[in-house]
Amino acid sequence: MIQFENIVKNFRRHQVLKGINLSIERGQRVALVGSNGAGKTTLIRCLLGEYTCQGRVLVDAKDPRVCRREVLSKVGFVPQLPPPLRMPVGQLIRFAASLCDSDPQRMVSVAEELGFDAQHFHKQPFVKLSGGQKQKLLIAIALGRQSELLVMDEPAANLDPQARHIFFKLLAAKKDHAAMLISSHRLDEVAALVNRVIEMDQGEIVLDDKVADLVELSSRLYCRIRLIQAEEAFAKAIAEWGFSASENGQVWDGYIAGPDRLRFLGLLSRYAALLSGMEISEVEQQREASINVV
Amino acid sequence: MRYLWLAAYTDIIESLRARWFMVYAMVFGGLVVILFAFGLAESRIMGFTGLSRLLITYIQLSMAILPIFVLITTVRSVAGDREAGVFEYLLSLPITLGAWFWGRVFGRFFVVFLPVFAAMLGATAWGLLKGVSAPWHLLLYYTGLLMALAWCFLGIGMLISTLARSADVAQGAAFVVWLTLLLFLDLILLGVLIQEQLPPETAVGIALANPMQVFRTATMMLFDPQLVLLGPTAYVILDSFGQAGYIAYAMLYPIVLGTVCAGLGYQYFKRSDLP
Repeated sequence: MIQFENIVKNFRRHQVLKGINLSIERGQRVALVGSNGAGKTTLIRCLLGEYTCQGRVLVDAKDPRVCRREVLSKVGFVPQLPPPLRMPVGQLIRFAASLCDSDPQRMVSVAEELGFDAQHFHKQPFVKLSGGQKQKLLIAIALGRQSELLVMDEPAANLDPQARHIFFKLLAAKKDHAAMLISSHRLDEVAALVNRVIEMDQGEIVLDDKVADLVELSSRLYCRIRLIQAEEAFAKAIAEWGFSASENGQVWDGYIAGPDRLRFLGLLSRYAALLSGMEISEVEQQREASINVV
Repeated sequence: MRYLWLAAYTDIIESLRARWFMVYAMVFGGLVVILFAFGLAESRIMGFTGLSRLLITYIQLSMAILPIFVLITTVRSVAGDREAGVFEYLLSLPITLGAWFWGRVFGRFFVVFLPVFAAMLGATAWGLLKGVSAPWHLLLYYTGLLMALAWCFLGIGMLISTLARSADVAQGAAFVVWLTLLLFLDLILLGVLIQEQLPPETAVGIALANPMQVFRTATMMLFDPQLVLLGPTAYVILDSFGQAGYIAYAMLYPIVLGTVCAGLGYQYFKRSDLP
């Protein structure tokens, strides 16, 4: 579906992309990882036809710079930093839907699924929304249309755990007929979402590897955590995941999205000394995948 | 075409909510209020009184502030939007670059012309309410001239915005352009240039190439048909164009200049990095 053929991009004397060759097929969910300045954003902008470059970028055999409408009508894009648009939410949805020949109501529905009531905020300027609300709306615009290629730059960074779970479910619905390119500077943020990892460094691809595709994007895990003693900092951190406490703050119960497990374990690792027990089990497929630490 | 108007409409909605537009609208609205408050409509100069007198003063003041306002707001908001990531997101949507660029130009033209025109219309409406006769021919003539001037500087602003890669550079360049045109507005400077052996045709050529001077001369023509205030330059202008010819030139030249600048800006825009 996507072909990068010997892509070179220079900014004055600085070479940012150094001959990238890459091919991505439908059904592939690619994590594009690398530190700041690795060239991820530049590569994405070349793919979107926003940057001129040497070499050839093709999406379904079409150059995105030349055939903008044909190519971009298939692309759903979520930027890392939401643009400071002053137009109201309703206007932004109508504008995007008109350009994409899509139904604005579908975008509103996706936003509502993610926990953002677009009807309620339809007169609110986009720039005045919170970071999470902006992210949800941009995701709704990208997913609420007939996109065959999803390009997302740190898409779930500002989402609460519940919205992340819905987001993963929405991605799961598209995973067989769409290609996904998910950019992040941390692999653990996106590892469970993807089946291929491409790491960039200094404008070159340094790793291109397949990932075991075992985690269901729409799965959900029940989790119970026991602590040696109640701890305020832990309570604050775990409450953000929607967990509730019992037994004087020593036992915590809640649900996490399947693809979030690595990220969640990363959080727990910070409080490892406090843990006396932990149980995780998959709830939706009734498949026990427990980890017990006693 | 649908996408062009969609882009124009989006730019209008964005601009109407921007702080610069509020300041811009307040300046032109405030100007009319001040002119009324100081009783300009009641004073008489060179045979002009009432609304005609007020409009003549308004148009002279507009010549001084409209170009710099249009230039600075255009370059700051267009180059600023690029820096802030607005282009990155909106240009990831399936819109052609032509529809996007020209949509922005038309949308922005509507926004920069609206307060100027609304202030003039407001003044006329207020005058009519007070029982003063309305100078419709003046209103029509000045509307045409202001449209041409606004379009010209909008085109120059769009060209600067596409060439400059940052809002600060764009703003600096816009200021230099405005200052240069302002410098050659000075007939004394042109006189000095002639004294320094510059051929008179070149001096007149400079005056005719400067859209601010063209606008100024055209507005003067109404209350000074022989252009006595211009001195010997008037002979060249009136001999070459005639009064009607010069008015047509004053309307068309800024529009052509603005269109050429915007066209060059578009050519550069579609060949360069967008965000």
